[in-house]
Amino acid sequence: MAVKNAIELDRVSKIYNTNASALDTVSLAVPEGEFLAIVGPSGSGKTTLLRLINRLAEATGGSVRVNGADVLAADPIRLRRSIGYVFQGVGLFPHMTVGENIAITPRLIGWDEAKRRARVEELLALVRLRPETYRGRFPSELSGGERQRVGVARALAAEPKIVLMDEPFGALDALTRDALQRDYRELHEKLSLTTVMITHDLTEAALLADQIAVIQRGKIVEQGTPREIMTAPKNAYVRELVETPKDQAKRLAALMREAP
Amino acid sequence: MSLATSLVMSFDPRFHEAFSRLPDYLGNHVLVSVTALAIGLAISLPLAILATRHRYLQNAILGFASVVQTIPGLALLALFYPLLLALSSLTEDVFGTGFSALGFLPSVLALALYSMLPVLRNTVTGILGINPAVKEATLGAGMTPGQALAMVELPLALPVIMAGIRTAAVWVIGTATLATPVGQTSLGNYIFTGLQTQNWVFVIFGCAAAAALALAVDQLLALMENGVSMRKRGRVLAGGAGIALIVAAAIAPVVARPEAAYVVGAKNFTEQYILESLIEGRLRAAGLTATGRDGLGSSVIFDALKAGDIDVYVEYSGTLWANEMKRSEAKPREQVLAEVKKWLAEKYGIVMLGDLGFENAYSLAMPRKKAEALGIKSISDLARVAPRLSIAGDYEFFGRPEWKAIQSKYGLSFRERRVMQPEFMYPAADNGEVDVISAYTSEGRVKQYDLVVLDDPQHAIPPYDAIVLLSPKRADDRKLINALKPLLGKIPIDLMREANLRADGEGGKSSTGQIANWLWQQIEKTKK
Repeated sequence: MAVKNAIELDRVSKIYNTNASALDTVSLAVPEGEFLAIVGPSGSGKTTLLRLINRLAEATGGSVRVNGADVLAADPIRLRRSIGYVFQGVGLFPHMTVGENIAITPRLIGWDEAKRRARVEELLALVRLRPETYRGRFPSELSGGERQRVGVARALAAEPKIVLMDEPFGALDALTRDALQRDYRELHEKLSLTTVMITHDLTEAALLADQIAVIQRGKIVEQGTPREIMTAPKNAYVRELVETPKDQAKRLAALMREAP
Repeated sequence: MSLATSLVMSFDPRFHEAFSRLPDYLGNHVLVSVTALAIGLAISLPLAILATRHRYLQNAILGFASVVQTIPGLALLALFYPLLLALSSLTEDVFGTGFSALGFLPSVLALALYSMLPVLRNTVTGILGINPAVKEATLGAGMTPGQALAMVELPLALPVIMAGIRTAAVWVIGTATLATPVGQTSLGNYIFTGLQTQNWVFVIFGCAAAAALALAVDQLLALMENGVSMRKRGRVLAGGAGIALIVAAAIAPVVARPEAAYVVGAKNFTEQYILESLIEGRLRAAGLTATGRDGLGSSVIFDALKAGDIDVYVEYSGTLWANEMKRSEAKPREQVLAEVKKWLAEKYGIVMLGDLGFENAYSLAMPRKKAEALGIKSISDLARVAPRLSIAGDYEFFGRPEWKAIQSKYGLSFRERRVMQPEFMYPAADNGEVDVISAYTSEGRVKQYDLVVLDDPQHAIPPYDAIVLLSPKRADDRKLINALKPLLGKIPIDLMREANLRADGEGGKSSTGQIANWLWQQIEKTKK
């Protein structure tokens, strides 16, 4: 059974004039339906890597292919409309209601109003927000978690098969964050999405993703399933990275054993 | 209307005159402001958007607008006049048709330029100030740059842009009062006329009207701005409707009124305002329609006559002799008049209809009693006793060619020479603080303080006869010529002084219109 790759990066380099956040001959393949987490410290180039996929940035070397086609040959506007994009700042349009925010990409690609309205209802339900309550609200009237849910709904509005997420849950409190993570993973399955998520939090990556790629100074230093990464890290930096959550888990377990 | 104002109005005819001019002044003021603002917006909005896309353009554009802003409003307006004049003569050469470089066009262009900085700056600030995450989202959602601008950037920047438009509107309405000297009727006409004729009712009326207009527009725009940022469509519509109403009400009388057939020009001092009123009165009496363009600068007014932007005004022979014909030697009155007349006709086709009968020249004057006691009738007589006397002149006098000519021709040398504000010069001569002063011959205060103007037998000072000039296109206009003929030679110097005194004299309460009526009555009396 041949597994098709939704996203392929072939020896991709990106050099900025300032020399910062550069990518150095990175190769990566994301099969259809996979949830890939890219983990790395700030400045490692992980956001750049993500932005190459929907052509918010362009590679200076190598090639990026989405569904087999080189992104540089595609119309960037059409490409972005076909890929969901969620990021930490969310960037909801403050002058539009929740409903209008979610319907933005469908509106851009010319869906009629009835279809857009139905889609808004469906998506609000999907991200667990009551449509009748939230549809007409403005972003300023939402909590951080609600905003991020709307952000996810907006990214999924035009029925993309690929979703890119840049630290999507970073700014949320632990409870909201956990709920959103679980909900998103469920959506990923239900809608057969291919997801690439950026995070600096290895625990989040390990609990959510099918594959983890660790990036450091513009290079992928290790890649594997969460189990492989957590149990048998080969790279020194990854070993260090794995240590903290493992240690925390141990201390928590000990704490709970001692409890009466 | 309060009791106080109705009392003042019933007592002071100047209020009545001020109100009667309001439709014309306000209408023109609004028309020029709105047009300027519209053009300013049409240029600065796209320019600002361009500036947000290209950093280097941003500096250049904002820098240019800032430099424009440092030019004083009056200077900017004045600058556009010669610029357009040159352009007009160029199009006339190339396409055979020029355009009017006076009044509306230079005012609109200068004010439009003036309105640009706040709109540019606020638009750039508004767009660049948008949360970067929101901008990232426009890209992520797959918006084209145009869609991002229309759907997100402009709506979000709109409150800031509206604030800029508000500032621009207030600036333009205020600065439009300065359009008067380049020939654009505005509320500034009250201020310029009032300042010159010491008609403080006019000055205050003009200031109050301009301030009220600016305030009203500012508040209505504030309502719109508030509506935009609070997403209250009703407020936006109410503000817009209010502004539309003001504009329509102000412009209607100006647009509806037929274009006046004859335009009478006037420079920016009392005598000119009176003569403008006098000429307008004569034209109306002859059944012609007439309108005034007053407060014009000395060279602006001559250019305007050449171009036919104004049809008639009163000039002084010496001004043309020295400034336009570049002659420095003084010649007798009749000879200068003859030469000026010939030169005007040959060079520009301008008709010098004739002289009014008085001169408004620089001169030396002294109190009558002192002159009689010293036996002085002319400047030659003065030369004998000058070393014992003191002289005062206005800021310009001692630097002017007239003074140099007087000195060299009569060998004058005074004990003391002082520079004084004109208003103080006359009382100073009266109370003996100085002996001799420089004076305009038709100045009302010469009469008020009973001064004698000393003869100039050597013709050191060129004659400044008041002459009526007609634009080339009116050269053969019999109706106009017949209406003005009765004025020629009929205003002796004493009569003009008396008229000027009525306007300038302390506590003078008459408007120029009333003085012009009085002047005409005097002229008629002498006929009988």
